[in-house]
Amino acid sequence: MTLEEIFKELQKQFSTVPLELVVAKLPAAAGEVAGDSHIIVPADKLIEICRLLKVSDLFFFDCLSNLTAVDWKDRLEVVYHLFSYRHRQHLELKVKLPVDNPTVLHPTVPTVESIWKVANWLEREVFDLFGIIFEGHSDLRRIMLPDDWVGYPLRKDYKEEEDYHGITTTRPKLLQ
Amino acid sequence: MMTLKNQLPSNIITTKVDQVLNWSRASSLWYLLFGLACCAIELMQTGGPQSDMERFGSVFRSTPRQSDLIIIAGTLTYKMALRTKLLYEQMPEPKYVISMGSCANCGGLFQPAYSVVKGVDKIIPVDIYIPGCPPRPEALTEGLIKLQEKIKREKFLVRSTQQVAA
Amino acid sequence: MTEFKTQEMTLNMGPQHPSTHGVIRFIVKSDGEVMDRAIPDVGYLHRSIEKISEAMTYNGFMPWTDRVDYLAAMNCNVAYAMAVEKLTGIQPTKRAEYLRVIAQELNRIISHLLAVGSLAMDVGAYTPFLHTLREREAINTLMEELCGQRLTYNYARIGGVIYDLPDGFVQKTLPVLDRVERALNEFNRLVTDNKIFLKRLGGVGVISREEAIDYNLVGPNLRGSGVKWDLRRDEPYSVYPELDFEVPVGCGEAGVLGDCYDRYIVRVKEITEACKIVRQCFEKMPAGDHMVKTPKKIRPPKGEVYTRVESTRGDLGVYLVSDGSDKPYRLKFRTSSFTAMSIIEKVSHGLMIADLIALIASLDIVAPEIDR
Repeated sequence: MTLEEIFKELQKQFSTVPLELVVAKLPAAAGEVAGDSHIIVPADKLIEICRLLKVSDLFFFDCLSNLTAVDWKDRLEVVYHLFSYRHRQHLELKVKLPVDNPTVLHPTVPTVESIWKVANWLEREVFDLFGIIFEGHSDLRRIMLPDDWVGYPLRKDYKEEEDYHGITTTRPKLLQ
Repeated sequence: MMTLKNQLPSNIITTKVDQVLNWSRASSLWYLLFGLACCAIELMQTGGPQSDMERFGSVFRSTPRQSDLIIIAGTLTYKMALRTKLLYEQMPEPKYVISMGSCANCGGLFQPAYSVVKGVDKIIPVDIYIPGCPPRPEALTEGLIKLQEKIKREKFLVRSTQQVAA
Repeated sequence: MTEFKTQEMTLNMGPQHPSTHGVIRFIVKSDGEVMDRAIPDVGYLHRSIEKISEAMTYNGFMPWTDRVDYLAAMNCNVAYAMAVEKLTGIQPTKRAEYLRVIAQELNRIISHLLAVGSLAMDVGAYTPFLHTLREREAINTLMEELCGQRLTYNYARIGGVIYDLPDGFVQKTLPVLDRVERALNEFNRLVTDNKIFLKRLGGVGVISREEAIDYNLVGPNLRGSGVKWDLRRDEPYSVYPELDFEVPVGCGEAGVLGDCYDRYIVRVKEITEACKIVRQCFEKMPAGDHMVKTPKKIRPPKGEVYTRVESTRGDLGVYLVSDGSDKPYRLKFRTSSFTAMSIIEKVSHGLMIADLIALIASLDIVAPEIDR
């Protein structure tokens, strides 16, 4: 099953949902997107789409291979890499979260924890490093950094603190 | 003094108290089984059959209460820093610290990192620094021997009387 | 007889603990000796490698990839190099691919040796650990000759590898491989077929096939649960299609399918397979360059790729986003220990506290790979 077929099938099932297929090529000619093709889904329909992708025999994406985020300054993107052991098929989904409103520090996206168990930790990591809130997550705590850490380090605008519990975060250079 | 020595049987050695203490301390440096990162693998190899740190009287202990030496083998993160300090404080005196590898010395490769302590000497005092990323087992052995030399030069009794006098 | 009142007990295990393989912490909720659950607490070795990548050039970032997983540094090197190569379209030479496979498989041998050795040590047998360390030293010396480092190889480059084989490397390696296989036989006699060992690991920490996939276990852990899946065979990359090797899977010979023993035996068998692969590589390796000419500053086109390689601990994914500049915009390593760690809370229910150690060791968890 090619990505186009998956996309068509998804469009058939979710006719009212605005889905977007980004076809990327390697090597890319001028004007084309380089890299892996993916499907952009809206955040509010993510759960239904993911559940269908996992449960339906046609797709059967039984494994969430990777979940991460990218900070594009004007928006955050949550990236899902799905994999089906039965059909040996990859699929990349993306959710775009605009952060143009500075008062909204934490964009939210629904959790897929109920669909793939591994999402629990992967989402905690994204929350820890990007500050994205996964709505409905059972245990959304920091995972990598201490609980009293300030800021979200993988955001592009992250500034390091001067010290942490009395330990200065810089070391003077001896060779000047 | 010479006459007294001559009167003793041949299987008795006379020496100074400091030297005896230092000799015993230096030849049974038990280190805490505590590995942080990459260097811990080389620490294991050093304790393994080829380098064999036990030749120098150094064996690992699993609890800080029984160890004289803590080898900071690897990258120290802020999350780990306070725990490492706690481990150090749990060790009985006299205690020694070897900082193994660039990360423990100064942050090393992870100087640009937001979550790494730039050198273990920011939280506990260090006796011996071993460069390398990670240092070879030979380098760690060299560091251990250097520490033993350092211990043998120490004067505990004199120091303690001075401290009492002060 | 009076009924004893029982209550839940909370135990702290780690971050400094003799058998947690680095700085891993568990909060164990138990009723007596039987655990209700062990809650993993990770992040004690979070070294922000992903953030550092954003400030480094593509070539300059290679040393950090070693530290993602120091026991399988070569796999991480190759995974990163492959991601950049895929995006830029650089094609390494055939000889370079073979050199990479040789280094990767030697790396797999030493990583698995440490895994099985420390598993034996964790369940109470110290001698096998020393045996495996001895064999590791021999291969470490070989790797040092090949790459210049014993542990963090920094061998792969974008477009090939940094050095060709040194003189007489093949003649030196073949006896070492024979020696490893001989030592493995000895190890099997000592540990694998040992009745105590079989009883200790059989039926402990069972992970079913469905659970393994749901929690995204990969590599030997997945194969231990009976899923015959190996990226080297099923999604072949590099020169693996030209090589002939078996994919061992667990079959529940010591108890239940997917128990600690199955995960252990898969690793032991993979060492033999890795030896086989290295021998084949020496035979099939063509002459030629070990590196293609690449631009000094690599500027991949704007875009993103996700590549996966079969690392020692399973499928290692690299998600690379480029904005067209000479530095990665975002780099993410999807590592296997992270997901293996997340399953412990589920599997530990009903296990004895001592079995937790066996479970961690059989999952072959390495701290930096969890935290990066």
